[in-house]
Amino acid sequence: MSATGIGASVRRKEDFRFITGKGRYTDDINRHGQAHAFFIRSPHAHATINGIDASAARKMKGVLAVFTGDDLAADKVGGLICGWMIHSKDGSPMKAGAHPALAQGKVRYVGDHVAVVIADTYAIAREAAEKVVVDYDVLPAIVDTATAAATGAPVLHDVAPNNTVYDWKLGDKDATDAAFARAKHVTTLEIVNNRLAPNPMEPRAAVGEYDEGSESFTLYTTSQNPHVARLVLSAFIGIAPEHKLRVVAPDVGGGFGSKIFIYAEETICVWAAKKVRRPVKWTSDRTEAFLSDAHGRDHVTHAQLAMDETGKILGLRVKTTANLGAYLSTFSSAVPTYLYAPLLSGQYNIPAIYAEVDGVYTNTAPVDAYRGAGRPEATFVVERLMEVAAREIGRDPADFRRQNFVTQFPHQTPVIMCYDGGDYPQALDKALELADYANISKRKAESARKGLLRGIGISAYIEACGIAPSAAVGSLGAGVGLWESAEIRVNPVGTVEVLTGSHAHGQGHETTFAQLVSDRLGISIDNVAIIHGDTDKVQMGMGTYGSRSGAVGMSAIVKALDKIEAKAKKVAGHVLEASPDDIEFKDGKFSVKGTDKEIDFASLALQAYIAHKFSGQELEPGLKEGAFYDPTNFTFPAGVHICELEIDPQTGIVTIDKWTAVDDFGNLINPMIVEGQVHGGIAQGIGQALFEGVVYNKDGQLLTASYMDYQMPRAGDLLSYDIAVTNTPCPSNPLGIKGCGEAGAIAAPPAVVNALTDAVGHEDVPMPATPQVLWRAAQRAVLKAAAE
Amino acid sequence: MTAVSMTVNGQHVSAEIDPRTLLVQFLREELRMTGTHVGCDTSQCGCCVVHVNGDAVKSCTTLALTCDGASVTTIEGLAKGDELHPMQAAFRENHGLQCGFCTPGMIMTAVELVSRKGTNLDEHTIREELEGNLCRCTGYHNIVKAIAAGAQAMGTAAE
Ligand code: FES
Ligand code: FES
Repeated sequence: MSATGIGASVRRKEDFRFITGKGRYTDDINRHGQAHAFFIRSPHAHATINGIDASAARKMKGVLAVFTGDDLAADKVGGLICGWMIHSKDGSPMKAGAHPALAQGKVRYVGDHVAVVIADTYAIAREAAEKVVVDYDVLPAIVDTATAAATGAPVLHDVAPNNTVYDWKLGDKDATDAAFARAKHVTTLEIVNNRLAPNPMEPRAAVGEYDEGSESFTLYTTSQNPHVARLVLSAFIGIAPEHKLRVVAPDVGGGFGSKIFIYAEETICVWAAKKVRRPVKWTSDRTEAFLSDAHGRDHVTHAQLAMDETGKILGLRVKTTANLGAYLSTFSSAVPTYLYAPLLSGQYNIPAIYAEVDGVYTNTAPVDAYRGAGRPEATFVVERLMEVAAREIGRDPADFRRQNFVTQFPHQTPVIMCYDGGDYPQALDKALELADYANISKRKAESARKGLLRGIGISAYIEACGIAPSAAVGSLGAGVGLWESAEIRVNPVGTVEVLTGSHAHGQGHETTFAQLVSDRLGISIDNVAIIHGDTDKVQMGMGTYGSRSGAVGMSAIVKALDKIEAKAKKVAGHVLEASPDDIEFKDGKFSVKGTDKEIDFASLALQAYIAHKFSGQELEPGLKEGAFYDPTNFTFPAGVHICELEIDPQTGIVTIDKWTAVDDFGNLINPMIVEGQVHGGIAQGIGQALFEGVVYNKDGQLLTASYMDYQMPRAGDLLSYDIAVTNTPCPSNPLGIKGCGEAGAIAAPPAVVNALTDAVGHEDVPMPATPQVLWRAAQRAVLKAAAE
Repeated sequence: MTAVSMTVNGQHVSAEIDPRTLLVQFLREELRMTGTHVGCDTSQCGCCVVHVNGDAVKSCTTLALTCDGASVTTIEGLAKGDELHPMQAAFRENHGLQCGFCTPGMIMTAVELVSRKGTNLDEHTIREELEGNLCRCTGYHNIVKAIAAGAQAMGTAAE
C-alpha cells in the first residue's frame, strides 16, 4: 500500500480551504446586481387563502416584485414532484396532491410558501413582507400520524379523501399468518419512530441568475445532486430546457438527505431571476430550515415476531403508518416503503415476513429521506423486537441473535433483498469482546451500589447501500435510474481531472477519489483533481445519498480508468513499437513485456496528444474516457454496535460511558474518513434516541423551530467511540466497497434504547428519552425494586 | 448610516453602515470575507465565532457598531501566510472536519480556549467548552482530538 493509495488514511485535500476560511458555499456567492428574496410563509397549519394584497409592499422603495402562486401559474411553472410511484395493495397508483411552489388557494402546513418578496436588500424584502396582507380562512388541522386517516380527520388534498397516499404491502401474508399460527412465543411491540429535523449546519441557499444574451439560467444551490435538480427543474417544473439551465452545487455544508430534494425556494429564485432581470438570492435562516426542510422518520408501528420453542424465528409481521407531511417531497414515497420494508429481515433468517405501510398526509412539513432513510426505522423495529424477544423467552440477547443469524450466502430474504456476503457472527464476537460484555453484571452491581441504573444494549444492523440496479429500482417505481457517471481527462502533461456525478458535502471525495486514481495510474495524488457539482462541467450524474458514492460513484471511475488504460496501451504500442497486447502497465509505467522498453505515464499522455507516432486513422489522438456504471445489486454493510450507559434515577440524567462499533463496510479506501462517517452517524443516532424530536402542537404549530427548542447533540452530550471493522469484500462491485455513510445513524438508536430499557427493567421508554422520560421510567424501576 | 472603523486581521477598515448591521454581516457582506459562517439565528451554533480584542464572540449577535475601534480576528487571519496556525493544522491532521461549515467557528473557539485554559486540555474540558458550538458531521470525536492536539502544538510553538 502506498502512502496515498487505496487503504491509506490520507489527510484530506479539501481541508486547506475549509480551515482557512476559503471554502465557497452558496451563501458566499454574490452576483453583480443581485436582489434578495424573502418568503412569506403560512402561519397556519391549514387554511384557505381568500386573497393576497401586496399593493402596499409593491410600492415600497427598493421592492422589485411580489409574486404569488398566480404568477407561477400564469408562467406555466409546474409544481414540485415526487419521483417514485408507489402502488397500493389494490394496484392503484398513489394519491399525490398537487404541490405548487407557491400556494394556490390553500396552505397545508406552518411554513408553507405563500408569496415571495424580491427587493434590493434582504432587510427591505423582509420589511415589505410585513405589509403583505393575506386573507386566510383557518381550517382544522391534523398532525398526528396514527389518526391522520381516521374518519372525521381534516382532509388535506381532495385526491386523497382519507389522507391516505397509499396502503402498500410487501411479503407473503398467508405464509406469515401460518408461521404465527405455529409459533410457541410471539413478541409484540408498539413503536413510535420520532420525527427528526436533519439540520445540516449550512442552511439551504440559492442564487438564481438569468443571462439575457444566451437566454440561459444559472442556479447556485445547496444540493446533493445538482443534475437531478436540473432534470426536475427542466423537464417537470419547466424553468428552461436542460441546455439552457446550469445548476452549480459548490461547497455544501452537510446534507444528510435534506439537500437531495427540489424545493420551492430554489425553484423560485431561478425563475424570478428572469422576471426581475437581476440575480435573486435567498438564504434560509434556521427557523425557516426547521419549518421547511424535509423532516425525517415519523412512523407509528405495530410489530410482532414469532418464534418456535427453541427460539428460532418463524415470522415477522409489521404494520406501519408513515407520516409523509403535507405534500410528497421528491423521494418521500419510497422512504417508508422500498427503503424500509426490504430491510426488515435484518441479519436474520426469517422465513416469512409481511409488512403493510400506510403513507398519510398531515398538516406538517414534508417528510423525506434523512440519513439512513427507511433503514434506521426498519433496524429499530427489528433490533427492538430481537432484544425484547430474548428478554421475554429468557435468553441472552447476544446468543438469541447468533442463533438466528444468516450464515449462508447468497441469502434471499422474503422481502426482495438478496444478501451477497457477510460474516455476522464475527462482528458480534468482536463487538462483545471489545465491549467486555462478559463482565457487564459486575459493572451493573457497582452502579447499583452507587444508586445508579446501568444497562447495555446491542444493535446488529444491516442496511442496503449503493442504490441500486436501475432496472430493479425502475420496476419498483423509481422515476430515475441510479447509476453513476465518471469521465477521466488526462491532460497532455499527465495530470488528471476526474469529473464525477457524485457530489461531496463533507464526505471527502476530493481525497478518496484521488486516492483511487493515483493508485491505479501510479501518479501523485496532487496531480489528480476531482471535479463535481456543476452541470456545465459534468454532463450527468445522480448525486450523493444512500451511501452510494463509494460503491457506485467510484465503480464508475474504475470503469473509466479501465478504458483509459486500454487506450493508453494502444498509444504505448505505437510509441514503443510493440503490439498493445504486449504492453504492461505497472507503477505508472507502460513497458513491453520481457524488454526494458518503457514509457512513464506523463510522457505517454503527451504522446497521446501530440500524436506523432500514429495516424489519426489508426488511433484517435487524446486520452479522455467516460463511463456509466450501473450496479448489479445493492451492497449490504452490516455490523454490531453496543451501547453501555448509566442512568441516575434521581434526575433522569443518562451518561453513555462506552460505545463499541464493529462494522463491515467491505474494503476501505480511506479508513480515517470512514471512521469519521461512523462517528457522525452514531452522533445523529444518539441524537434521535436521547435528544431530538420535532414537536407540533395539535393545531400544527411547530414548537421546535430553533436550537433552543430542538436539542442537537453537543460535544458534552457525547463521548469518544471505540470503533473497529471486519471485512468481507462486497462481491458485486469492482472495489469490494459497501458504503459507510449511514451505518451509525442506523445502528445507534436501538442500541441506546435497548440499553435504556435494560437499565430500567421495562420496555416503556419512548424516543427521545429525555431526562423527564427517563426519570419516570427509572422511578418505575425504583418502586418495583422497593416493592420486592 | 453610521461610520464604523475597526481593525480586521491587522487591516484597518472603515465604512458607513446601517446601525443594525451585525458584525457577521459586516464581515461577510461589507468586507466580503466569507470564512465566518451563519448556522442559526439564536446564538446557539457557534459557526460565526470570531475574536474581538482576543475574546471569542458570536458575530451573529454582535452589532458591528459595538466593535468600533476594536481589533477583530477571523478565520482568514489565523494563518501566517502559507503557514497554518497550529490549531488549523491539527484539525486537518486529526480529520476534525467534514463539510467544513462549523470549522471556522470551531477553530476560533479552540484558539481562544487555549488562551484561557492552557495547552494541556483534557477531553472533559474540551467537551464542556464546546458548549456553544454545534457540528452535525463529525460527532465531535475528531474535533475533540484535534483541539487537544492543536493545544499541545500551540504550547510547543510558543516555547
Ligand atoms: S450563527 Fe452565530 S451562533 Fe449560530
Ligand atoms: S464539519 Fe460539517 S458541521 Fe462540522
